[in-house]
Amino acid sequence: MANNVVDRPLRWRNSKRSERPTWMEKPHPVSLIFKLLAIALIIFLTLYPMLAVLGTSFSGQAEIAQNNGLVLFPLHPTFDAYQTIFSGGVVTSALLRSLLITIVGTAASLAITVAMAYGLTRRDLVGGKFFLTAALFTMLFSAGIIPNFLVVKELGLLNNYAALILPVMISAFNLIVIRSFFQNLPQELIEAARIDGVGDFGILIRIVLPLSKGVLAVIGLFYAVNYWNAFFSAMLYLDADQWPLPMILRQYALLGQPMTDGANTAEIAAPSQAIQMAVVVISLIPIVLVFPFLQRYFTKGVLTGAVKG
Amino acid sequence: MTVLNAPPRSHAAEAATEPPVPQLRKRSFRQRLKRDRVMLALVLPGFLFFVVFNYIPLLGNIVAFLDYRPYLGFIDSVWVGLENFAALLSDPAFWQAFRNTLVITLVQLVLFFPVPILLALFLNSIMSKRLRKFIQSVIYLPHFIGWVIIVVLFSEMLGAGGALTHFLESLGLPGFNAMNTPEFFPFLITLQSIWKDAGWGTIIFLAAIANIDQELYEAAAVDGAKARHRLFNITLPGIFPVILLLFILQLGSILSVGFEQILLQRDNVGPQAGEVLETYVYFNGIQGGQWGIAAAAGLIKGVVGLALVLGANKLAHKFGHEGIYTSGKQRR
Repeated sequence: MANNVVDRPLRWRNSKRSERPTWMEKPHPVSLIFKLLAIALIIFLTLYPMLAVLGTSFSGQAEIAQNNGLVLFPLHPTFDAYQTIFSGGVVTSALLRSLLITIVGTAASLAITVAMAYGLTRRDLVGGKFFLTAALFTMLFSAGIIPNFLVVKELGLLNNYAALILPVMISAFNLIVIRSFFQNLPQELIEAARIDGVGDFGILIRIVLPLSKGVLAVIGLFYAVNYWNAFFSAMLYLDADQWPLPMILRQYALLGQPMTDGANTAEIAAPSQAIQMAVVVISLIPIVLVFPFLQRYFTKGVLTGAVKG
Repeated sequence: MTVLNAPPRSHAAEAATEPPVPQLRKRSFRQRLKRDRVMLALVLPGFLFFVVFNYIPLLGNIVAFLDYRPYLGFIDSVWVGLENFAALLSDPAFWQAFRNTLVITLVQLVLFFPVPILLALFLNSIMSKRLRKFIQSVIYLPHFIGWVIIVVLFSEMLGAGGALTHFLESLGLPGFNAMNTPEFFPFLITLQSIWKDAGWGTIIFLAAIANIDQELYEAAAVDGAKARHRLFNITLPGIFPVILLLFILQLGSILSVGFEQILLQRDNVGPQAGEVLETYVYFNGIQGGQWGIAAAAGLIKGVVGLALVLGANKLAHKFGHEGIYTSGKQRR
């Protein structure tokens, strides 16, 4: 109780949300204004392009022309662009392909990474040092475009969706993050389970994984983002009728190529600005949707792997 | 390569952080093998992945010494020694790409590298936790956006019919098409990198700042150190090892400037300004079928990068810093 009396002034200060330590001087009002301006500028520069694209995708031709290309707040919002996109055809199927590649790829990546990371947590694993070093080494260099391409080709993976997944299935960095996380789990739990007769695999499934949901979600996001955004591997390894969303986006919005129907290659028209922006929006949506939920794990996840090094 | 560029943990550091477990060492190899069978089975698929998709391609660099014909394969293609390298080094287009790469990296090093540090210092100076968290989530977001989308966003903003040009014209100034101006290309690339990754880059510096002992600040303030003194005498020295570490890693990728990013925009400015080593490799090798020469260019790029990392790291050791890995000697 006596302690409370001493604590009170401190607590009161904390409760005002101002966390300024007692020794820190108050900022000058002018510098405060500059700071707020800088904050506003940073937020504007980051969000404005995305919001403008979103607004434009909901605008009609006339409004876009009136506004010289970009509309932040459409006065007459219309879903025309999205209707065109989702009425079947190239974009719809590319979207489905991208979703499929992302889901299968992420699941495969997580499974194989978790398995390897967990296996490497045993400190005196037979050959453990060797396996770990082999994985770590790949962070320092990669072979280059030509040899990678030739290996994929020799494996007969051309025009196969597996070519987008297999060559990038594990990132050594993610492996290290997961392994460090596993190693920092309370060992008493694991020992207790072992004494109860649970095997190595059982411990992974019943104890380690349930305790690791946060880090797995973040690493899963890292993998998913890579698969979702991949266009170069698609360009290298896939036929045009197999292209995922980023390649379609590149064709329409960057190269301004006409929208063609997947089935009959009759040209429809060069995609309107609204349609181009709508494709950008649907490419962005999955990321923006997942992002807020995983945000709080980022720092922890990234730092487990990074700062320890 | 991946979106994740982070310092590797080295074998040596690994060995030092894990104390030996003596009571387990007593088992014989066979006993350990039997005990570890499940764990080994879990490790093997991953190991196999690294062998097939990282180490075999590394061997595949042998193409640089072959007159590689796809229908003949690695084994039957004719061995030409250093001929590919000779052809490469006498190709003016290669030197053009080399120069462009260096220019872009240099601009990136000077303009991009300090931004996350400054941003982190700035964020750290924001007192309100809620506001800080909000800004952080806003500036982390672009890191997850793919290059195709980013290039589209930039051409909407800075391109011929983009927001910037219209804004300038409304002021009566001549418009500026940042996407198609060759002289501006290195800066365009750097701007895009900043937009995408500067916010993300702050994570590591913010953590480094948070790790600084708060009592140092208090003591300094008691001694009369003003905010700027604290910045230069406590904060910056406190995060210097992290800065150095990231700088060394950056040097390693000095010849790899965002490949996908540049590939998407190379045609806007033409190969004169837009060709970098990686696009050179792509267009000559995969598009042009000059496998040997392209692989030679890729190999040079990789070797120079590795040498730079190791060299810079040596230097860091010389000056008494840890660098990306510690030599076993230092730790013991």
